[in-house]
Amino acid sequence: MISDLITPTVLIGIASSGIRLATPYLYAAIGETFSQLSGVLNLGVDGIMLMGAYAGFYTTFRTGNPWLGLLTAIVVGGLMGLSMAFISITLQAVQGISGIGVYLFGLGMSDLLFKKTLGTVETVSGFSPIHIPFLSEIPVLGTIFFQHNILVYGAYILVPIATYILNKTTWGLKIKAVGQNPAAADSLGVSVAGVRYITVTLGGILSGVAGASLSIALLNVFQQNLTTGMGFIAVALVYFGGWRPSGVLLGSLLFSVVNALQVWVQVLGIPIPADFAIMMPYALTILALVFAVRKVEQPSSLTKPFERGQA
Amino acid sequence: MRLPERLRTTLRPSNWLGPLTPFLAALAAFVIGAIMLLLLGANPIEAYGAMIKGAFGSPNALADTVVKAIPLLFVGAGICIAFRGGVINIGGEGQLVLGALAATMAALNLRELPGWAIILISLILGTLAGAVWGFIPGALKAYLGVNEILTTIMMNQIAVQGMNYLLRGPLIDPEQIEHGSFIPQTARFPTSADLPRLVPTRLHAGAIIAVLIAIVVWVLLWRTTLGYRIRAVGLNPHASRRAGIRVERYAVLAFLLSGALTGLGGATQVLGVHHRMFTDGSATGFTGSAGFNGIVAALFGQLHPIGTIPASVLFGAMLVGANKMQRAIQVPSALITALNGLVVVFVVGSEIWRRNLARKREVEQMAKAAQTTAQEPGKQ
Repeated sequence: MISDLITPTVLIGIASSGIRLATPYLYAAIGETFSQLSGVLNLGVDGIMLMGAYAGFYTTFRTGNPWLGLLTAIVVGGLMGLSMAFISITLQAVQGISGIGVYLFGLGMSDLLFKKTLGTVETVSGFSPIHIPFLSEIPVLGTIFFQHNILVYGAYILVPIATYILNKTTWGLKIKAVGQNPAAADSLGVSVAGVRYITVTLGGILSGVAGASLSIALLNVFQQNLTTGMGFIAVALVYFGGWRPSGVLLGSLLFSVVNALQVWVQVLGIPIPADFAIMMPYALTILALVFAVRKVEQPSSLTKPFERGQA
Repeated sequence: MRLPERLRTTLRPSNWLGPLTPFLAALAAFVIGAIMLLLLGANPIEAYGAMIKGAFGSPNALADTVVKAIPLLFVGAGICIAFRGGVINIGGEGQLVLGALAATMAALNLRELPGWAIILISLILGTLAGAVWGFIPGALKAYLGVNEILTTIMMNQIAVQGMNYLLRGPLIDPEQIEHGSFIPQTARFPTSADLPRLVPTRLHAGAIIAVLIAIVVWVLLWRTTLGYRIRAVGLNPHASRRAGIRVERYAVLAFLLSGALTGLGGATQVLGVHHRMFTDGSATGFTGSAGFNGIVAALFGQLHPIGTIPASVLFGAMLVGANKMQRAIQVPSALITALNGLVVVFVVGSEIWRRNLARKREVEQMAKAAQTTAQEPGKQ
């Protein structure tokens, strides 16, 4: 019954899982924020996440060291980000479609490698929870906020770091300038292609970490299509959050809390159709895109390749 | 020796490289695939041989290939309209699911009607459901400026959750409840509603509908004012607006038609292949990624509905061949999904050479024109 849901244990459980499950969205969406602010829409995030998840999992499975797994996920994510940069910046391919190509590649490749090297679903002991001294002892709040693993904390620390880089550093200004007016940035000596290469590669690295956070920190398994489209949601979260890391945080939490709610509803066997609960954030995102985001200007060169002398 | 002028024009790279780019892109993808096969310890020639044999080697194999190609052609024909109209519809997965769901509800509730009536009504309802699922992102894009890539992604997910809800609840096969197995699938449709088989194989009449649709789309886009306007809006919305075309209306229409054809594809799929609706919780479980692979086929067919016909057969063959290859030499069929991704990347990535060649040709022609005028000043 629905009253089963409103007990302290369950509510704390939902809040705590909500915080945990926002991790992959946060890494991927903040990475995507950087590349979109510089003018590149990388729609291949989900494919990169899958490759990162596989790479991280397999390395951890073989070596037993999740740090090595994380490192491999970073390298693989970075390489895929670099390829996406080459395709969309140097080759100036249509970004909405080339991203689908990168997604299909990652989806197929991670499955191929999984079937060839592992064959069956295995588990690893990934990053274990770190109870932050004193803070984790606080009743309720301690359980919700301070008993997570390192990748979860990292995702939340990334939010203020990204905000700082984007708003307070020359680097952030360059990224935004390239995204808003590449011709002007170019005339002032900023390398448009250079900045975009860096942001898209960074986006790839963070997508790789996002995938690894699933396979070696949250779920500790790998299987075919592990992300089930989370990468696409991450791309939408960037719009949802109005290209601000704080907005992305809000959107990530919305999705993850609803996911957590749905998991608990199933565990407790409460007879409400959870499918509608899962539907909610997607419908909300569309509404947010219709109403809220229209007030925020999107980077004006988003999806437009830059070429000198071409208006 | 100087070649005749016409032959020289034909031989110039800018004139033959264009139509060949998709093939070069596919070739590049297959070369990379061969390298991947070698790394996996498989013999590429043997692997590709198993694929070709598996896809074309017998009447049954050929029929399976065409059956796999059918949904790709429906999606691809729709994509031709959408992309030509300047809207990016990546909501194919959701539109397929919705079309199939609408057809399923019709087929299950109209058991008493004669077979042809069930089929007709199911196909029409499937088309309408797809059209609605295309209209929403189209209208949001055209009138409110909401990015259609994002809305279609969201609408894919909404369609999947709707499907899961219906198949686990109201539409579940009563037998599943009786046996307590609760597999999320509907009852089998009345056999009278099966799309007719064409030859004694799995090949069903959906193939004919799909080819007819591709021809209709070609006529629509290149032989009617409506199609001309859709293409004009896609090529240059500003100029179209100046010319008095209502740009928003045609963008919405392109999206709606694209969704409608995809929805029809979903309906054809349940009536022709599965005869019931089922889910594994994700969109791919039902669609087999046809919503995405159809985009690949359309791009490969140069966004031309007639070109999309052989392209769909080719990608259908790859899907069927990959399964046979998996059984023959134990290379996972996921290889083909990865190669499809590479084909997309290479096709859109090689556009730049085509564009540069076209630009070069334009410059050459301008230079030539300037030369002629300079040589014959009196003629001005």
